[in-house]
Amino acid sequence: MALNDLFTQELKVINMGLESFHDELKSQHVQTVQVAWKPRAGGSQKMLSLLNKLKKVSSSKEKAG
Amino acid sequence: MTDIIAEANQKALEIIQNAQPTLVGLGIAGDTLPGMRKDLILHAGPPVTWEKMSGPLRGAVMGGLIYEGLAQTPEEAAELAASGKICFDPCHHHDAVGPMAGVVTASMPVWIIENKAYFNRAYCTMNEGLGKVLRMGAFGESVIQHLRWMEQTLYPVLKEALEIHGEIDLRNLIAQALQMGDEVHNRNKATTSLFIREMAPSIIKTGASQEDKVAVLEFLNSNDHTALNLSMPAAKATLDPVGKVKHASVVYTMARNGTEFGIRVAATGDRWFTAPAEIIDGLYFPGFTMEDANPDIGDSCITETMGIGGFAMATAPAIVQFVGGTPQDAINYTKSMYEITLAEHPIYKMPSMNFRGTPTGIDIRSVIETQIRPVINTGIAHKDPGIGQVGAGVVRPPMACFEQALEAYVELLEADGLLE
Repeated sequence: MALNDLFTQELKVINMGLESFHDELKSQHVQTVQVAWKPRAGGSQKMLSLLNKLKKVSSSKEKAG
Repeated sequence: MTDIIAEANQKALEIIQNAQPTLVGLGIAGDTLPGMRKDLILHAGPPVTWEKMSGPLRGAVMGGLIYEGLAQTPEEAAELAASGKICFDPCHHHDAVGPMAGVVTASMPVWIIENKAYFNRAYCTMNEGLGKVLRMGAFGESVIQHLRWMEQTLYPVLKEALEIHGEIDLRNLIAQALQMGDEVHNRNKATTSLFIREMAPSIIKTGASQEDKVAVLEFLNSNDHTALNLSMPAAKATLDPVGKVKHASVVYTMARNGTEFGIRVAATGDRWFTAPAEIIDGLYFPGFTMEDANPDIGDSCITETMGIGGFAMATAPAIVQFVGGTPQDAINYTKSMYEITLAEHPIYKMPSMNFRGTPTGIDIRSVIETQIRPVINTGIAHKDPGIGQVGAGVVRPPMACFEQALEAYVELLEADGLLE
């Protein structure tokens, strides 16, 4: 489908990120869904570093050994 | 080959799923609760001093001192509470839980719940009903009189009736109520009705006077929250053994004292992770607004910790008329709780979710990763002592509790040499 054809038919939008895009489309009666999404750990470097450390946990077998 | 955390969490999950909370009796707090004594007042949430207590908790403490005969007036009670002669401790440190202010004093009757699978016990006072009540921080003459009626009439009748009836399986009661439109925290209509159906014939068989039997049945029937004080200790009895599972990242306590919110995690045992309690977004009774509200208070979110209450909102669409929102919001709340829990409960099932089990086993890693905080539906107390409930709504724990917990959890695993 050519890109221009996309805008000549009814749009159904899934929006991720800035909610104002979703709100604006909704106010123009465009069918739109806002994805409830947040960056991992809210983007906190400290929390990401802690979560990453936990990915390197020992296996139960290693512990037994 | 599974990792240490997965293995520990599986153990924690099995403890929650296999628990058999059972109502086995009633007793007086001073004779029944471990470490309970006359100069000790138990309260909801993590530890807090008199100086830092919020209005409703102070009100309930003052009422408790008057009820115990340790003070004659509210002024005398406040003076005694501040004097250092009275000790304060969380209910949770004495195997107990209490709704809202959660004040327990030595003379108060308590329900005794035993987890038949792990042989531990949990305790909770009897629910006082609605209106001006101690748990909401009210301490007037009518509040004290009602507490005395509960001790002198309600307690002996129910104690005898339960002895006649025999133990009651609370897991079964909660499972049935979840299929009848209760989420078993703020909506307890079905749970209470089922409880009365069980108990009524035995109440009639007691040796109490006709007048007292009628008064007891009328009181139980007038108070939809009668069963809240059974579901809370049932959840406590279910979760306490989780607190002994080494290296598990599962939350086994969430509680608020009106000043701070606190959580405890299996791996870190008795340690509380606290942050300031939040104001509740909810529906206020006529004449009251958010300005009147005290920050979040009570041990009742032990129900959410077990995976019912706010976690089971989908099964209780009627609750949204009390706490705000739409039936679709209720379903969304439950769906989002699957994102932060380990599994589904095999017995607690919800018809509106195509009989999926309630979201079970809050994992601190998932809360941090997704930034989805547990959802709690709760009552709202007035910020000043002596007034009582002003509304109900939905609230979440501060993220800071989970951030501190995660940090301590990683430190512990590192100290135990379990991280590469």
